[in-house]
Amino acid sequence: MAKITFITRDGESKTVEGHSGSVMELAVQNHIQGIDGDCGGVCSCATCHVHLSPEDMEKLGQPSEIEADMLELEDNVSSYSRLSCQLDVSDELDGMTLKVAN
Amino acid sequence: MTNDDKTCVIVGASHAGVNCSFALRREGWKGNILLIDADPHLPYHRPPLSKSFLKNADHIDHYALKPLESYQRENITLQLGRKVIQIDRENRVIVIEGNDQMKYDQLVLATGASAIIPYIPGLLSSDCCFAMRTAEDAFHIKAMVENKSLPKVVVIGGGYIGLEIAASLKHLGAEITVLEKEDRILSRVTSPYISDFFMQLHGANGVNIETQKNVIEVETFEGDSNVKCEDGSSYEADVIIIGVGIQVNATLAEQSGLASRDGIVVDTSCRTSDEHIYAVGDCTRHYNPYYKEELRLECVQNAVDQAKVAAANICGIVLRYDAVPWFWSDQYDVKLQIAGLSKGYDEVMIRMEQGENRKCSAWYFKDHRLLAVDAINNAKAYVMGTKAIKSGLTIDKEKLKDATIPIKEAFSR
Ligand SMILES: Cc1cc2nc3c(=O)[nH]c(=O)nc-3n(C[C@H](O)[C@H](O)[C@H](O)COP(=O)(O)OP(=O)(O)OC[C@H]3O[C@@H](n4cnc5c(N)ncnc54)[C@H](O)[C@@H]3O)c2cc1C
Ligand code: FES
Repeated sequence: MAKITFITRDGESKTVEGHSGSVMELAVQNHIQGIDGDCGGVCSCATCHVHLSPEDMEKLGQPSEIEADMLELEDNVSSYSRLSCQLDVSDELDGMTLKVAN
Repeated sequence: MTNDDKTCVIVGASHAGVNCSFALRREGWKGNILLIDADPHLPYHRPPLSKSFLKNADHIDHYALKPLESYQRENITLQLGRKVIQIDRENRVIVIEGNDQMKYDQLVLATGASAIIPYIPGLLSSDCCFAMRTAEDAFHIKAMVENKSLPKVVVIGGGYIGLEIAASLKHLGAEITVLEKEDRILSRVTSPYISDFFMQLHGANGVNIETQKNVIEVETFEGDSNVKCEDGSSYEADVIIIGVGIQVNATLAEQSGLASRDGIVVDTSCRTSDEHIYAVGDCTRHYNPYYKEELRLECVQNAVDQAKVAAANICGIVLRYDAVPWFWSDQYDVKLQIAGLSKGYDEVMIRMEQGENRKCSAWYFKDHRLLAVDAINNAKAYVMGTKAIKSGLTIDKEKLKDATIPIKEAFSR
């Protein structure tokens, strides 16, 4: 189980609880604005972009090669960017705050 | 603009219709939104039907585009299992099966497409033939394949969907033959190099692909079906899958006199020939400024992007559709990503990455202008291709061809 807080572009903050699946799925389930997940979570669309805190980034590790490449499609990519469909909801994410990039 | 007491009706609740309904709310539509679909299932992602959904034991709702509560939250009235049978443009009314009528102020047609079922004697009466367009189709195929040990599957048509189904059913342990009419698979959509790549990939995974096989008949005797080809060959089948392409669902539009040419004709704001009616997604024929021609596309990108454009314009915000199409296909452990459209290319260049398993890309040019890239396990190439097409980056072809040089160095402003 993980409690994850999403902060959307318009500053709205929402904490939601997830048990399984990807963070993108959790966001869509909870109507988080800015996480579209158009490709259904197969790392093909980059519409599920989030920014992590530096500490969380270190904890979760760098994106895979394909994920990092896909992130380059995004204008506001940073060294703390991840595609949330590539993050699995797990205890490790409990308490994290993710900023929605779009 | 006030639209509080207005009604926007959207026919078709799939990638295009669903995205349009939510985009309408985001753009400030305060009035009613009625989203209608003949399909009874909570609107779902279609691409997984031939991929993960077919391979895994997930419930279809696992692939929902949005959870049911999202529609309720946004006050979008979702009516499923209801088919629209007529548009009365004069009175701005749609007629739903059972003779229910609904008035609209704005109408969006997001009716998509249906699988083509070619006329082949004996095909339909074989009782084991399925297309793949809807969740229902996927349920049937899954059930047929799981009901038998070592089922024999014949896929008619070697396009992306047919090949994805072959890969997924192979995973479930079926014995598979793909019958392609042309002299190579994917001939309508890609170059011989990429066709050959997928031919070898399927061969290595134990799927039998036969080209130049024109199916002319299906013979069924005591429950056993045989798929017969023009050259005299025949293939036993427990399940036959049709993957020969789609036709747009344009009947509603055509019967009401909207302009339609193999696709409902829309302008760059996704408006049809009637100012109160928009059309979005697979069902449209539209102009693309990058390719300077009228196109009909079959991809999620186009459905989603057009949906947003229509929604903005309905809310009085001028937005033009000008997107570079993109598409993907997942087969086995291979990911193909396509940026742009290669149709009409006069030069194709292959870049093979060094030492890496099957990582390559095909670059399509016309008059030295980049039209498209097919990237295999190579998101870097896909991303660079997308950027180059969008912003007209200059490409050094010699560098691009040379995999010892990082791909980025082949592009400049
Ligand atoms: C198996 C499969 C795999 C695919 N894989 C990919 C992929 O990997 N990548 C990609 O980009 N694209 C893929 N596609 C294509 C993609 O799914 C389509 O481009 C997309 O679904 C188009 O969305 P749409 O909303 O325009 O139309 P559709 O998805 O066709 O939806 C149209 C909807 O309208 C409804 N409808 C039609 N007429 C009526 C009526 N008269 N009354 C009520 N309802 C009506 C239908 O029931 C349907 O639900 C795939 C398609 C299939 C079938
Ligand atoms: S959902 Fe498409 S890349 Fe994450």
